[in-house]
Parts: sequence; structure tokens; C-alpha cells
Amino acid sequence: MAPLLKVETLSIAFRTRKGEVQALHEVGFEVAPGEVVGVVGESGSGKSVSAYTVIGLLDQAGRITHGGVEYDGKPVAGRQRELRGREISMIFQNPRAALNPIMPVGQQIADVLKRHALAGRTDARAKAIDLLRQVKINDPEERVDSYPFELSGGMCQRVMIALALACSPRLLIADEPTTGLDVTTQKATMDLVRDLTRARGMSVMLITHDLGMAAEYCDRIVVMEKGHVVESAPVAQLFTDPQHPYTQKLIAASPGPRSQLAELTGGIAAPVSIAPPRPREPGPERLLEVVDLVKEFPRRGGGVFGKKPAPFRAVDGIGFQMMRGESLGLVGESGCGKSTTSSIIARLQDATSGAVVFDGQDILQHPSARFARMPERGRIQMVFQDAHDSLDPRWSAAEAIAQPLRRISGLREAAAVTRRVDELAEMVGLPANLLSRYPHQLSGGQKARVGIARAIATDPLLLILDEPTSALDVSVQAVVLQLLDRLRRDLGMSYIFVSHDLNVVRLLCERVIVMNRGRIVETGTAEEVLHAPRDAYTQKLVSAIPHFEPERLRAS
Amino acid sequence: MAAIARLRYTVSENPLTVIGFGLFAVFVIMAVFGPAIAPYDPLATRAVNALQPPSMAHPFGTDHLGRDVLSRVIVAARLDLGIALSAVMLSFVVGSALGCLAGFRGGWTDRIVGRLSDTIMAFPLFVLAMGVVATMGNTVQNVIYATAVINLPFYIRVARAEVAVRRNAGYVQAARLSGSSDLRILATQLFPNVLPPMMVQISLNLGWAILNAAGLSFIGLGVRPPAAEWGIMVAEGASYIVSGEWWLALFPGAALMLAVFCFNLMGDGLRDMVDPTRRT
Repeated sequence: MAPLLKVETLSIAFRTRKGEVQALHEVGFEVAPGEVVGVVGESGSGKSVSAYTVIGLLDQAGRITHGGVEYDGKPVAGRQRELRGREISMIFQNPRAALNPIMPVGQQIADVLKRHALAGRTDARAKAIDLLRQVKINDPEERVDSYPFELSGGMCQRVMIALALACSPRLLIADEPTTGLDVTTQKATMDLVRDLTRARGMSVMLITHDLGMAAEYCDRIVVMEKGHVVESAPVAQLFTDPQHPYTQKLIAASPGPRSQLAELTGGIAAPVSIAPPRPREPGPERLLEVVDLVKEFPRRGGGVFGKKPAPFRAVDGIGFQMMRGESLGLVGESGCGKSTTSSIIARLQDATSGAVVFDGQDILQHPSARFARMPERGRIQMVFQDAHDSLDPRWSAAEAIAQPLRRISGLREAAAVTRRVDELAEMVGLPANLLSRYPHQLSGGQKARVGIARAIATDPLLLILDEPTSALDVSVQAVVLQLLDRLRRDLGMSYIFVSHDLNVVRLLCERVIVMNRGRIVETGTAEEVLHAPRDAYTQKLVSAIPHFEPERLRAS
Repeated sequence: MAAIARLRYTVSENPLTVIGFGLFAVFVIMAVFGPAIAPYDPLATRAVNALQPPSMAHPFGTDHLGRDVLSRVIVAARLDLGIALSAVMLSFVVGSALGCLAGFRGGWTDRIVGRLSDTIMAFPLFVLAMGVVATMGNTVQNVIYATAVINLPFYIRVARAEVAVRRNAGYVQAARLSGSSDLRILATQLFPNVLPPMMVQISLNLGWAILNAAGLSFIGLGVRPPAAEWGIMVAEGASYIVSGEWWLALFPGAALMLAVFCFNLMGDGLRDMVDPTRRT
């Protein structure tokens, strides 16, 4: 069968401050009619650039230097405007940003229909409602008049899908369609995309960094690295018999339900020796006890005479204990209260009621504003989710790491501070020559290391890790996870690891707490929770994680 | 080395900035060495020489009292730039302190500071400045205070908005974890990060401040004759334009225009210099 889309020896160059940079090097792949092709790679691999070239949305600074794109046997150059929407359409990474915030969603769908003369003024609304029904939005008659801010992220992505499918295109490009969505929402969204495109016999080009998702929803996978296509194979073959070392590295680095921490960076080609994991036994001493913790946020609304609405309970009476040296996973979807809980324990927020007994002392006694100046401050530290945002853009890496040393440890002497900063940088594997750089000159993994070095600078007893790897590429995530594991054993710290990804949590934590709507729904060892979940919510959460299991693929 | 590379980048990104800084350098030289480089005494009157058109001896001509216009334009730079710079510095310091505090604390602090700046904005600004100088007394010092007061709301608003969006940034939380008090966070984390947009505000404001000072002098407030000041010179020369002696008003007016122009050009370059994410 003739391919629907053919990308042939495509090279793209971008003009930048440092001259022209080659983003794609003779990239070639095909999408057959009705086929779902996954384009997989880490950031900077050129997967999005390829997609934007196909649909003709390439940035002004970009330029095709070689090759081209053919759609249905004819080159697309110059015809992208007529192809866009009717033949090829796209769903984007951030659905809320891709929708016009001041226009009801129904009107945005109607606009597309009218633009392509598929609906007139009279029937546009009815057709928009019909499309919303097809993407399984409840009460489409009401939702058609909603604005994007009134809808959840998952619903916005459904609206985007309705928009993309409005003109019955034959090719759908999905550019990381579920980043920023919870796993259960991700599963619902991707199942919907799969069902709708399959029913219409559409081809899909799914761009993702998540190998598990690619394995679950694609027929064939194209692996890209630094602007090159390194491997292209049917799903089962790619996962059971990866040919290229980069593919092998990627597969090894993606944590699955059974992978071991040491294997993540092992790969098949170059096994890295790592100390055999010592049995982790929590010490006998109790480090932390959280008792009936409640955090309420006032709700908006209620006029001068109206009754005040009941406050929103983000954390609803939770309690747990932690031993010294133990590491505990706090798992749940967005809005479940795990971040609020962790920031209360880190004393960045005040609780409404309850107690947090740390090392024999109730630290909630002191308001969070005063806690910064207390000696206990250095005992509890935190690594933030967004390493870039957590570093002051005007401070170099060395200055960022030195900050807690100066303020908490009371190191005043410049030489002593420098010595300790160098020592910390070495511990986290940050090359010394990078210490003078500013955050925007560092890569994601390097910034994560700076954040970790800063957090361990004061020798904390408890380190709170708030999704420290969620913004990192899988291969970098693997290295950072191993680093965290090594630091914990070397320094004898306890971890509270906050994450939505059970597979990652399992690698670092022996015990897991699953939270939903501010309450603890399940606790147990990581293996128990992941492989034999008891609570219905946990079961839903576990089953939504996209997997690739060579055994399962081989069987199918 | 790094400083040179940074300067070269700033210059190559903003070619107009070079013109701005060049003009600024000329004005600074005029302000510092004014009396030394002026060819004549700016206050010396010679009745026989009155209202001479531009010539080799007097490139900008002479005024109604026979004073050399070129010398007066040069010497006036010190007074005009002095008023503008001190007024802008004053409103920058007070305005950014109030704005940062309002943005960081929120709540009542924010409301009080916000209403204060709204109140200032509610007056026609130039009329407010006139009122301040008229009630407090007709001195150069009061012209500075008046100019500072009317520029205050712009600094408050920029600082407040920029701090408010960064108040919960990760690096602020991290600083808190590192044992920094609120005041330290404000001073070491937030204030430096709101500097780049403030720089643009400063350079635009310098232009306005010069115009404002000149405007006050033009209507007879603030600087008084015989002191050389661009606004007064334009005011004095204006009545001679009808009778054909255009040079009296044109040259000080042109100096005024160039000064405002040069500050506006400098804005982007200044921002790029204080922002590390833009210089590397």
C-alpha cells in the first residue's frame, strides 16, 4: 500500500545566535493509511520539529535545507494551508494554551466547521454538540457554551480532539498529547484517540517521550536521537529485539513494574557497575510522625450577606509514621493533597490543624515564617519538581549551593564555603567547571543536581523530593534516581518521595502511601501496592500506567 | 573578558543602543565639564552683541542680552540632567521599595500602597507637579521632589506586578528552605529579578523627568533666570520666533529633544546588561 505520509531525507536548520544549527539530519519515515506510528525520542531529538514541518507550522527561523514531505504522493510544500484541518490535523501538548481562552469551546469548533464549509450558521451549533458527544464529554449541550478555563485539562484535550477531528482528516498528528495530565486521564484520552481514529480508519503520528505509551498505542515506532532517525521497527520487534544502542539505552532507562534501579543505566551494550544494593532496613528510631493533619483553603464566593462557603479541605486528616533511614513514597494524582502535605512537613506552609512530630518535637508549633531562622530548618530540606524554576536566574550554581551553607550552617569564611560547595558538587556528580554557570546555561539534569546539592548541603535528616525527575528525560531520570539512592545510603537520610509515577516510586521507596482527595486510601510496601493493590482507586491508578513488557508483547 | 563579550553582545543586539549611549556620553561630558568647554561665560551679557544669528564666533547665535546660546546650552546640561537623575533615582528607590513590599506582602500593605499610587495617578500629573512646587516653594530641590512624586506610581506598579508573579517561584521557596528571612528574600532574590523591567522604566522616565523639569521652568516655576536651563531658554526664546530670531528657542529645544531621545534608546540596552539570561 502506498504510504499516506512520506518524509524523505528531510534536513532542517535553525538560525540562532551562534549561527545555523542543524535540527534534523536527513530524517525519513513513512506512515501508511490506518497506521499508528510513534515518534519517540528525548528532548532535542527533533521529533516535534518533524511534525511541525509536516503540517507547515515550522518556526520562522527554521529552514528546509534538504529533502521534503510528501502527502498522498504529492509534495506538501506550498499546499499546507489547504491540507491543514481537512487532511492533516494536530493536537497539541498543552490543550488549555491551544484553545482560545475568551471563546466558548463550541464556538471554536463551529468556527472550524464554517471555515471549511462543513456547516452553515444554522447547523454549526448542533454539529459542534455532536462532535463533543463523540469525544465523550458529558452534557455536551451545556458544555458547548463553556469557556476553556471552566473545563479540566482532560476535558480541554477532548475539545482539542473534537477540533482536530471536525473535518474528518486522514492524518492526525498528536504532539505529546497527554503531558501534564494525570495517568488515569492520560489513559482515558489516549483510549479515546485510539477508538476514534480506528473507527475512521485514520493514520496517527504520535509524538511522545514515553516508551510505555508508544508501546501501548502504536503499530510502529520511529526512534529519534539528536535529529537522526536511529531505528524504525514494529512495536513488538522494537521492544523484544532493539538494534540501535540508543534504543537499548532508552528501553533500559524507562522504569517498568519490575525493573531494578541498577539496571536503568545498564543498557545491554554497556553495563555500568554499581554497588549491589544493600538491604534497606529502616532503623528502629522514629523520625517523623504526622498526626491528623488538616489543611483548609477558603473558597471564593459568598457576598456580604451570603453565607461563606465551606472551606476546601486539601488535606483531610491524614496520619503516618516514618522511621529513621526509611524512605516513603507519597503517590496520587494532581489535587490529591500530596504536594500540600509535603510542603507542610517542609514547613513552607502552615497547617490548619494536626501535628507533625519530627525528631521528638512538634514542628508545627512554630509558624512557617519563623521556622526559616530556626536550627531545625537545616534538618528538613526539599528538592523541587521544577529544577529550573527553583534556581534564581541571577545566581550561579555555586552561589545557589552556598546559600544554605551561609544561612543555616553559619559558614562565613569564603574559602570554607568554596571547599564545601566543591565537595557537594562532587557528591552529586556536577563537574566543577559548571559551578560558575547560571541556570539557563545548564541542562535539565545538571540543574537537578544543583538542586540536590543545595538540599543536602546542611546534612538534613529528612529530604522531601517533590517529583524531582518529572521534568527530566528518561535517561537523565535514571541517573538522577541512582544518585538519590546512593546519597541516601551514604548520608543516611530519610526520603519522602512525592510522585504520580508508581514505577519510579517503587525504585526508591520501600513503603508507599496512596492519597486521593486529601485522604490516605492505601499504605503498604511498594511491591504490594503496585502488584496487588487492594483499594479500588489504587487499582485504577496502577492499571492506567502505560506498560511495555517484552513478555506480553511477544505473546500477542 | 566576559564583560567585553557581554558588551559586544548587547551592542550587536541593540545597534540603536550604541547611538543612545553615545549621545548620553556627550551629555555627561557637557554636564561634567560644561563651564570648562563652553566658549563664553554663559551669564555674561553684552548688549551690543544682542540677537546675533549663528556665526563662526557664536555657532548658535546670541540671545536678547547678548549671551552666547551655545555656552548656555552646554552649561544647562548639568542642571537638567541633575534634576532628572536625582528625581528618577528618588522615585526608583522609594517606588520599588513600596512596590516590592506590596507585591510580596499582599493584603493590607498591597491595598494601602495601591490606593496611594492610584491617588497620585488621579491628578493630571503636570498640574500636580505645579501644585507641589507652588506650595513648597520655588526651588530646584522642590522641582526634584515634584518630579519624583509624579513618577512614583509607575515604579510602584512595575515592581508590585513583577514581584507578585515571582512571590511563589521555586527559588523563593528554596531560599526559605535555606533559612532566609522574608526581608532577605525580598532583597536578594526578588528585587534583583525585577531590575530588568525596571531599567526600561528608568530610562523612559529620565526622558519624562527632563521634559517635566523643563516644562516647569517654562511656565516660570523651579529654575529662575538668569540660570541656564533648557526649558527657560525655550520659554525666553519663544517670543522671539515671530520676529525671526529662531535660534534662541531652537537649539535648547533640540538639546532637550536629543536628551529625551537618547534615554529612550538606552532602555533596551540597559535591560540586557542587567539580565544574565540575556547576555550569555
